[in-house]
Amino acid sequence: MRYLISRRITQVGIIALYILAHVYGVKMLEGNLSSSVLFGSIPLSDPFAMMQMFFAGSIITMDVFIGALIITIFYGLLGGRMFCSWVCPMNIVTDAANLLRRKLGISAIQKRVYMSRNIRYWILGLSLVLSFLMGLTAFELVSPISILHRGLVFGMGFGFAVVLIIFFFDLLVHENGWCGYVCPLGGFYSLIGRYSLLRVEHDAEKCTECMECKVVCPEKEVLFMIGKSSEMVKMGACTNCARCIEVCEDDALNFSIRNYIK
Amino acid sequence: MTDRRKFLLSMARSVGLAGIGALVWSSVLEESVSASLLLRPPGALKEEDFLKSCIKCGLCVSACPYDTLKLAAPGDKKPMGTPFFDAREMPCYMCEDIPCVPVCPTGALDESSVSNDGILDINLAQMGVAVVDSYACIAFWGIQCDACYRACPLLDEAIVLEYGRNERTGKHAFLKPVVMPDVCTGCGMCEHACITEKASITIIPREVVMGRAGDHYVKGWDEQDQKRVANAKAEITQTEISKKSAIDSLNDDSGLFE
Repeated sequence: MRYLISRRITQVGIIALYILAHVYGVKMLEGNLSSSVLFGSIPLSDPFAMMQMFFAGSIITMDVFIGALIITIFYGLLGGRMFCSWVCPMNIVTDAANLLRRKLGISAIQKRVYMSRNIRYWILGLSLVLSFLMGLTAFELVSPISILHRGLVFGMGFGFAVVLIIFFFDLLVHENGWCGYVCPLGGFYSLIGRYSLLRVEHDAEKCTECMECKVVCPEKEVLFMIGKSSEMVKMGACTNCARCIEVCEDDALNFSIRNYIK
Repeated sequence: MTDRRKFLLSMARSVGLAGIGALVWSSVLEESVSASLLLRPPGALKEEDFLKSCIKCGLCVSACPYDTLKLAAPGDKKPMGTPFFDAREMPCYMCEDIPCVPVCPTGALDESSVSNDGILDINLAQMGVAVVDSYACIAFWGIQCDACYRACPLLDEAIVLEYGRNERTGKHAFLKPVVMPDVCTGCGMCEHACITEKASITIIPREVVMGRAGDHYVKGWDEQDQKRVANAKAEITQTEISKKSAIDSLNDDSGLFE
């Protein structure tokens, strides 16, 4: 539970800092997840949003470039999709949907809808192409993630509808449908985090093959080695959410640092 | 089926699906940015460039001390996440230090457009222009009201009062508000102050409402105006004058009884 609790604390804490800055003027972290200012001086920007702006034909300012660079380096080192499981507020929504899905046993009664995990990369590519062709930031203008985190800080409007769509999509249409298949931001961070250092490591000798980890994992493909070989989870799609670590009763999964110098 | 065929077919299928997605997506985008009657913060780039550059972080909204600026949420029917204000509800109060502009990380709010020799000057802002509805404005009825004139931060510059004689009564005066579009910043304090049930003076984006005389006309009484048309290209067209007399043309019944 300790990883789950710390994930929720960082997710809620970051949004709380934004709200604190906007509503109460306590300026530690201002803005929102698209672009912020940390401690009144350090710029932070969403590199995917910056790429869309670049493709749309906007002149990228130094502030945004440095901000996006900091974020890219941070997640590139730490584990790209840690954004997804430790920061993104949509994760709370989809986790809730998938928990309910498991509790109700919806997967058992449902005919499996086939979707490819590569959809997100197609959408990622499309958002850049459309940004270029239309001169707009194609994904940013419709992104449910942005609607949520922006809404939480600056006012939601009918944004709850979009969040509900994602919730029911994950609950009724496809397990982990949004985060695991559709979301191009997740795809983007998968690419960034390909060579990141913090990784889950599997010890096949301790493993009793209960497969509990595969039940909870939102990106089951990354755990192909369970019970077969002792190795690190190296695929970029792993979100470092640590659910597999928490659920493992044999201590066969743990965080570890990837060693490139061998 | 051969592997090669399978591969080509699945590629073609993916591209086709992506095409459907792109069409749906682009039509949604097209709709979502079609709202043209919205007011941007001071120093905003042209709407087209603004949409390219705004990262939707809300730092300008946080910086605004009057809660004038808002980020468009779903349901506002405006490009989502971008800052705007509703002048009737809360106008721009023209802060001298323009806190909303320098915080913009992307340059979508351009500091240089509201600066004079490197010093911020809010009076250079062009958020929109005030337009008076002379049918609803009670000053045009002959009732004395100068609420907008008094509310204007550029008093007697952006809105002036035009005096006129009230022919109907024969003994009263009209004091009609007239907007000077070259001075008006579009702050909206007039719209906020207007006393009619629905405001009779409204801020409208400049590109929507401002006309352009073009190169065909010059103010003969203004020497400076010649410079405006200095680069105009004259395009002289000549229509060949008919050689036939006017009576011939009237008596020409060819084609009339066919």
